[in-house]
Amino acid sequence: MPATCPFFQPPGVVSHLALLLLICLLLVPVSGRGDEGGFDQGIDLLASRDFSGKAAGIDLLAESGDARAKTILEALLAGRLFHVKKSGRLVVAEKNGRTYLLTDALTSAPAGTAKKRALKKVTINNRLRTGIKSALARLALRDPDPGVRLAAVNAMLSTLNQESIGLLTRLRKEEKDSRVRDALATAIDIGRLRSGDPALQSKALARLDGNLDPVVRNELIRLLDTEKDETVRRQARATLASIERRIALSGLAETLFFGLSMGSVLVLAAIGLAITFGVIGVINMAHGELIMLGAYTTYVLQQLLPHSIGLALLLSVPAAFLVAGGVGILIEKTVIRFLYGRPLETLLATFGISLVLQQAVRTIFSPLNRSVATPAWMSGMIQINPVLSLTVNRLTILAFAALVFAGLLWTMKKSSIGLQVRAVAQNRAMARAMGVRAARVDALTFGLGSGIAGMAGVALSQLTNVGPNLGQAYIIDSFMVVVFGGVGNLWGTLLGGLTLGVANKFMEPWTGAVLAKILILVFIILFIQKRPSGLFPRKGRAEV
Amino acid sequence: MKTRSAALLLALLLLAAVTGQARAAGDTIKVGILHSLSGTMAISETTLKDTMLMLIDEQNKKGGLLGRKLEAVVVDPASNWPLFAEKARELIEKDHVAAVFGCWTSVSRKSVLPVFEELDSLLFYPVQYEGEESSKNVFYTGAAPNQQAIPAVDYLMNEMGVKRWVLAGTDYVYPRTTNKILEAYLKEKGVSDEDIMINYTPFGHSDWQSIVAEIKKFGSAGKKTAVVSTINGDANVPFYKELGNQGITADKIPVVAFSVGEEELSGIDTRPLVGHLAAWNYFMSVDTDINNDFIDAWHAFTRDDKRVTNDPMEAHFIGFNMWVKAVEKAGTTDPDAVQKAIIGVTVPNLSGGYAAMMPNHHITKPVLIGEIQDDGQFEIVWRTPGMVVGDAWSDYLPGSRDLIADWREPLACGNFNVRTGKCSGSAAK
Repeated sequence: MPATCPFFQPPGVVSHLALLLLICLLLVPVSGRGDEGGFDQGIDLLASRDFSGKAAGIDLLAESGDARAKTILEALLAGRLFHVKKSGRLVVAEKNGRTYLLTDALTSAPAGTAKKRALKKVTINNRLRTGIKSALARLALRDPDPGVRLAAVNAMLSTLNQESIGLLTRLRKEEKDSRVRDALATAIDIGRLRSGDPALQSKALARLDGNLDPVVRNELIRLLDTEKDETVRRQARATLASIERRIALSGLAETLFFGLSMGSVLVLAAIGLAITFGVIGVINMAHGELIMLGAYTTYVLQQLLPHSIGLALLLSVPAAFLVAGGVGILIEKTVIRFLYGRPLETLLATFGISLVLQQAVRTIFSPLNRSVATPAWMSGMIQINPVLSLTVNRLTILAFAALVFAGLLWTMKKSSIGLQVRAVAQNRAMARAMGVRAARVDALTFGLGSGIAGMAGVALSQLTNVGPNLGQAYIIDSFMVVVFGGVGNLWGTLLGGLTLGVANKFMEPWTGAVLAKILILVFIILFIQKRPSGLFPRKGRAEV
Repeated sequence: MKTRSAALLLALLLLAAVTGQARAAGDTIKVGILHSLSGTMAISETTLKDTMLMLIDEQNKKGGLLGRKLEAVVVDPASNWPLFAEKARELIEKDHVAAVFGCWTSVSRKSVLPVFEELDSLLFYPVQYEGEESSKNVFYTGAAPNQQAIPAVDYLMNEMGVKRWVLAGTDYVYPRTTNKILEAYLKEKGVSDEDIMINYTPFGHSDWQSIVAEIKKFGSAGKKTAVVSTINGDANVPFYKELGNQGITADKIPVVAFSVGEEELSGIDTRPLVGHLAAWNYFMSVDTDINNDFIDAWHAFTRDDKRVTNDPMEAHFIGFNMWVKAVEKAGTTDPDAVQKAIIGVTVPNLSGGYAAMMPNHHITKPVLIGEIQDDGQFEIVWRTPGMVVGDAWSDYLPGSRDLIADWREPLACGNFNVRTGKCSGSAAK
């Protein structure tokens, strides 16, 4: 502990201590030479077997004020700090192929290379990680980047205490960025709530009204538990009620988003089936496996382009369409063609094909799941307010589903192949008489439906396992959506999928996921009893 | 045309049957391997088949057993529970195997249990399970709940100060029983009802949005919250992906999983998961010579130095070595003699200690807690000071508190009620 730091207390909770050390750091110029003894002792303690020893070491390092401490702590947090087993030398190791490139942690001098076995990692656990993070976060409060400062303030909100509130109050005076100022204001208002002075409390309550941060809500609940003053209580109750109203509203919006996003996945999975099952009436049990092929196409492309996974993902959309579509046409030409008009045999044969495809994938790619990476532009979330955030990958898939649907609709309504498909579906004999090559159209239709299944697979690779069982999970849902929406109607599939998704998500909080699924099934059975041809029955001739 | 599709089906069935045939004559000791090589469970069980082949291969290089070579008989029960029973019967009656190593899910074990008891053969079961069972013919080399779930909860409670608990699981027997035990345990430790949230999802659940949002809401109440996950297999990937996307990192709400190991992680991008936990009795990252040798042997055997090892593999390693030692001790492969000889047998485990077969047919294990790293491995952050003895009957469930299992003479009972002094077979009720 540097002698210049007046806040010495026996080591307690890491975060608490980290705060103290931050104050110390602020008082002691960071660039100055700190306590050499503390730094060295800290380095020694990092070699402790137990985590409490390491925690003490980390504290000493952070307190030491030594400029090297920050780099060492960051390397420790990133898991790149090692001891060389033989010499005990502390190094930062960078993986380089099968060996590690070493840099001496103390002198920053290159220290050669080593095999993994010659190194022993300085391990940390969640508690140390939190400690290091909060120490680094507190350093970040004075970072020149307002975004970093905002994150640091938000990180501190959940562990506020008297000292940190005092510190944040001081910081607010110097702060220029308005978002950081707002966040700091929240912290200060929470401090006022705890002050016990009704005037200050009332002022803080008025300003916190409508603040959805969970910290504020918890603070209000705590205030209602402890506060005696009736006017403050009344105001706090009103503020809490208004906050909870807004939270409920956000919750509603969130559930709706969840429902639409689940619905979009259902629509994507089902819309290819709406073509194969809906238009040419093939009960294709291998539909799920065509989705799986699309997902594996994404995996293969990412393996081929390991440095640009985002590009690989975009490329895999057309690639998956071609692969799955090609396999679809192959299935049609070799098996289904011979079985038109015999649904039971088609069902059995395609079920067999689905098993063959699954086992083929198991043999080629191993039965283990394959890891498909998510590009950075599809990760994370868009924060609308503290309780409502929309995940980017789901938003992307929602947009992708809309795009696929629009594209398919256009193909069916405006293109010449779409015209032929509809002509064959409506009246095969007449279409043939008009010069449409019905057999070719059948194959192309099946290929189109299969290709779209492949594109769905690309989207699913971002949400779930890419493994041999991927398809099985979606086949039943797909059939459900198509039957519910009305066989052969694209709009029906869209509406059906979205309805089922939203209904499922609104039920889930009440009933749990298992019962929600059962209830949806029961509902569909009852619905089909009433309206056997679904939401949008096919107009005109029912059978072709 | 009808014949065509029938022929297709028949061909498929034949294909499935043929893959299971691996026979050879001669004076060998046959060892049955009963793991699914196709269907849903192939993802986990194929590795165990390979592990057994490697262990048998190594034993043969050492000169076999009792002067005879070992011969592996591999069958494929295809993730089909009734087929497990049929294949087990085939192994015992037709192939006359000396012992069977196999099963993964509890339901497959329950399916073969009557077969092993009827034909009096031996099964080594390598996966962590819900307990509440002890059969004369089964050796449980995986963890019982007190060797995995309870120490993990202790760790979260004592080391991380967790006050609020989400028990999330897949809807079947293992998570339901484990969560029942954990709920009773937490309540005994003074955790109130409102601080426990229990959630079940169907197999292969893929849309985790609202459940993760609910967990987030549950965890924002100002108390340290953790998720205890008994979510099974395939559902984990979308679950962890959703956690990552909704910004739930390990320092906010840690998730401790009982079914996620190195193998499951090899199919996930683990960067958003760093710091989430798993409780096992073995991790590939254990730094002991015996483990490094095992990993090298595994890489050499599979000719792939990226293959990972995991906890059930270690269980097979222990179980197989115990069986070998018991056969040597008994001087015969006769199941009855081996059953008697194996109790008390001690073999090295891979984490630098020893595993002993206890009279209740469970083994002693250390409990390790690991944190997920960005390379798909676990960093061991905590371990029990000594070995934990597997408890067949949980001390925290009202029905099984009074039960013990002890297969030594004269008690020889898997379900002995110490209060009434009655023995009621091997399974519960």
